[in-house]
Amino acid sequence: MTQLPPPSEVKLGLVIDLDTCVGCHACVTACKGWNTENYGAPLADTDPYGAEPSGTFLNRIHSYEVQPEDGVAQLVHFPKSCLHCEDAPCVTVCPTGASYKRAEDGIVLVNETACIGCGLCAWACPYGAREKDPVEGVIKKCTLCVDRVYNENLPEEDRVPACVRTCPAGARHFGDLGDPDSAVSRLVAERGGIDLMPEQGTKPVNQYLPPRPKDEPLDVLAPLLEPVAETPDGFLGWLDKALSRLPGGPS
Amino acid sequence: MHPAFSVILFSTLSGAGFGLLAFLGVGWPAPEGLAAFVFYAIGFALAVSGLIASTFHLGRPERALRAFTQWRSSWLSREACLAVAALVLAGLTALAQIFGSGHVLVLGWLAAAFCIATVLSTSMIYASLKTVPRWNDLTTPALFLGWALAGGALLAAHVMLAAVLFLVASAIQLAHWIRGDSALRRSGTTLATATGLEGGRVRSFEPPHTGGNYLTREMVFQVARKHALRLRVIGLALAGVVPAVLLLIAPASHVTAGLALLCHFQGLLVTRWLFFAEAEHVVGLYYGAHTARTA
Repeated sequence: MTQLPPPSEVKLGLVIDLDTCVGCHACVTACKGWNTENYGAPLADTDPYGAEPSGTFLNRIHSYEVQPEDGVAQLVHFPKSCLHCEDAPCVTVCPTGASYKRAEDGIVLVNETACIGCGLCAWACPYGAREKDPVEGVIKKCTLCVDRVYNENLPEEDRVPACVRTCPAGARHFGDLGDPDSAVSRLVAERGGIDLMPEQGTKPVNQYLPPRPKDEPLDVLAPLLEPVAETPDGFLGWLDKALSRLPGGPS
Repeated sequence: MHPAFSVILFSTLSGAGFGLLAFLGVGWPAPEGLAAFVFYAIGFALAVSGLIASTFHLGRPERALRAFTQWRSSWLSREACLAVAALVLAGLTALAQIFGSGHVLVLGWLAAAFCIATVLSTSMIYASLKTVPRWNDLTTPALFLGWALAGGALLAAHVMLAAVLFLVASAIQLAHWIRGDSALRRSGTTLATATGLEGGRVRSFEPPHTGGNYLTREMVFQVARKHALRLRVIGLALAGVVPAVLLLIAPASHVTAGLALLCHFQGLLVTRWLFFAEAEHVVGLYYGAHTARTA
């Protein structure tokens, strides 16, 4: 059923720390691995060793440069996957009922046996979180590793999404964003977590922690370097004057 | 957006087909016997061939029947349901007229209403997408309805009405382009709101992968923009202006109408191609596209 359920109390989701992410793409690889070997259709790779490799990914890392008015540019690595939106436009546009949002924990999933691969949900998503698999012909998206987080066959520390489990920088956090006292909710409150594209009205569950402001730029060499003399004297002063008299210099 | 030829063909052919069926439904004209058969055959051929073409872009066309289930929330599902209802109602009207029972008023008007509703639901698939600001506008349903009625009027042999409707649809097309060109900027979505990054100018430094992907192929499609204006002029002239002039000045005959129709379909394919190719999806911002068109 592609009508949205009433807002769930439990809102499972990710908190992504843009200050900490080092852009190593380990989460991309872990995600591709887990989701190719487990839940649902495998994620295709077309022409993987050829001239135009392309493939289906549920998680992709962009990199952006932020150039302030004055000062040095800052590089921000930006992981992006399904944000499991409260008002998920991808769910309501689905003509077959394949796309749905779980009433119990808010995870947005695709029933791959009912998907006709029309791609309208991918059009409706502002974040590019849905991709049509070129081999299976169905829509693939982040499942929040629903087959890990409740999986009692796994050791407890592994019952988090593969991307969170693998992140070497601790930039990805998993938890219940519907509970204001959960660790992830406290982190969001403390660091001023934000919604992506709030004007699209999707009410994303996943939150992004903005990069912390940079410290004052510290030039460790400055005290050691003598400034160049603006008005030299002695031999250099004579040379400066002599050269200045010659034509062709700056007037 | 990627201009899938199956979708372009579907929306242009079925639009004209449902336009013709709507005119036949209201009994204007109300042919009987063989003439009725020919009129309805043309209407059904266009509408049905369009619907069949639309299944070609599905990843799993064998499951297409499931698309009739989610009419409560999905415009695509509503379109499927309305199209079938319109075809059934128009079919019953056709049978009555072909086999001599004459035009059944209530049935015919109901069929016409469902034909119009089908065209509108097709347009709402696009108009309801906030992610494509150019489409997310009232001019989108007006555009689809305008071209469908104009094409339908010509097929229904209403020469003067068709000429007027061609000009009206051309005006709507112009309005759609003018509003569309500033739609992304007016939507307020920029790379800054997409990333939430503050404190400076945000620029895409590096895409996620060296190659393209489904998103870049499907939604970050870039028209050869240097030809966009030329294509607009060609499309508008062929789709609306030339057919209107032809119908107004040339003596009314099947040859004139045929020429006007051929001209109109050619132009409509061009404008419908542009409808997709020029549409900017906000996900393109993440890939550094459309920066010139945002605030």
